[in-house]
Amino acid sequence: MISVDRLTKTFGTVRAVDDLTFEVRPGAVTGFLGPNGAGKTTTLRMLLGLVAPTSGSATIDGRRYADLERPGRVVGAALEAASFHPGRTALDHLRVFAPSMGVSDARCRELLAMVGLADAADRRVGGFSLGMRQRLALATTLLGDPPVLILDEPANGLDPGGIRWLRELLRFFAGEGRTVLVSSHVLSEVQQTVDDVVIIAQGRLVHASPLAELAAMAVRHVEVVSPDAEALRAVLDDRGWSYAPASREGVRGFDVSQVSAAEVGAAAFGASVELHTLTQREVELEDVFLSLTGQDGTPTSAGAPAAAEVAA
Amino acid sequence: MRAALTSELRKWTTTRLWWVLLVIMAAYMAFLAVVMAFSLTLAPTGGTAPVGGVDAALTVYTLGNGLGYVFPLLAGAMSMTSEFRYQTITPSLLGDPRRGVFLGAKLVSAAVIGLAFGVVGTAASVAGGAPILSLRGDGAFLTEGDVLAPIALSVVALAIWAFVGVGVGSLITNQVAAIVVVLAFTQFVEPILRVGFSAVDALEGVAKFLPGAASEALVGASTYASLGMSELLDRWAGALVFLAYGVVLAAIGRWTTLRRDIT
Repeated sequence: MISVDRLTKTFGTVRAVDDLTFEVRPGAVTGFLGPNGAGKTTTLRMLLGLVAPTSGSATIDGRRYADLERPGRVVGAALEAASFHPGRTALDHLRVFAPSMGVSDARCRELLAMVGLADAADRRVGGFSLGMRQRLALATTLLGDPPVLILDEPANGLDPGGIRWLRELLRFFAGEGRTVLVSSHVLSEVQQTVDDVVIIAQGRLVHASPLAELAAMAVRHVEVVSPDAEALRAVLDDRGWSYAPASREGVRGFDVSQVSAAEVGAAAFGASVELHTLTQREVELEDVFLSLTGQDGTPTSAGAPAAAEVAA
Repeated sequence: MRAALTSELRKWTTTRLWWVLLVIMAAYMAFLAVVMAFSLTLAPTGGTAPVGGVDAALTVYTLGNGLGYVFPLLAGAMSMTSEFRYQTITPSLLGDPRRGVFLGAKLVSAAVIGLAFGVVGTAASVAGGAPILSLRGDGAFLTEGDVLAPIALSVVALAIWAFVGVGVGSLITNQVAAIVVVLAFTQFVEPILRVGFSAVDALEGVAKFLPGAASEALVGASTYASLGMSELLDRWAGALVFLAYGVVLAAIGRWTTLRRDIT
């Protein structure tokens, strides 16, 4: 269990992480989401003891990273920065970090095979593609067979096949009961992988819930326009649907929530109301994410209503 | 600590840079030893060589420490700066977050690798100089205790230079800056200071506390002293001053560089 409690970090006058609180449960993949610069990497670095919090705490099973005995056997972490010496081979890279996990060269080879780098074991990392580096970084995190995995933007640079492979691997680890925390700045990248989401923007928590709850916020809308607006309004009232007047190009219409275009169309047809526009407006999960994090063109302060819905 | 040390030693053996430095040092030391042995055995017309006998042998055999110490110093410094340059400091500290242990293992492993520089650099000096000294000069003196002890201590001194290098690197983590500082200090600043200090009465005593002078005191042979340019500390005092450079630099690095956030 990862616990972040009122975590705050200021760099000079910048509050990179601001009073952040969330928990990550074992047996699930949790997406740690937010735009670039939201404070994700700083949060992870505080969790891993690389950056000292200004206040608050970040613990793993109730202990700070530095207080863990053999932390590499408890937490496997890969951070965004490509941390490789270009002159080292893939196998040597693992062998350098193997002693602190207490694992053998055989285990290093086994992991290279697992991440699909068996053939590149004796090649220097300097010649690796970004995708190969991501695979090697993942192998490094798995060296100590840790029950907690923390991966910062692991899908960066992976091809579609690689992303699918990563997804299955992470699902497998969660299925084994491990705690998996994956950061990303694109929800759609991890949408099919994660069980839970923790969304931050400008260092603050804006949403934390199971993915299904976030999906429920992706409300469907139907835009409907009739030359006889009053008759249409009567139909909508009769059905008890929630709607809002919507004016577009001088035509008065309605924006109806949480129904399908078919339902609205059938109701209007039944009441013999002429329709000129009947459009389903799907709100994608990504749109919900973008509006939560203030990336939908409105400033974050205007995204405050969304933030108010947070049930952390 | 043992795991950290194994890890650090593997960092050395899995990269090529120090091999390159080692090979260049061997060639450079052999070359300098040949040149120095020739020039010392070149008797001026109608006179004797200014430096001869055991002194000539010592000067030639300890060239590694006298002029070649920049190689282990650079290797030691770059073992630390490359952690920052390639950001391997992150996985290093994830493996073992105890930063003092990390630095300690780096210092010890650098000294171990420094021994290789010491053996190779000193052997190259001896191999290059001894035949010429014995053919043209007063002899090679390779069986005399007064010559063998400085040769052995030259190996130790070069190992300590690598140790000091880690201290330098932990203070100056920018690789280019560290290389520039090391080269400037060893090739330019310290030689000038030693000559300059020895020319000013009030500062004459200070020169012997410079790291190069301290290392020469440990070895018991000095390129400068043989030319009558400076005084050296006693051997033990020199050894302590020399080691203190590494320890103090590393301690400052521990409380500055390694106390900061790793971002």
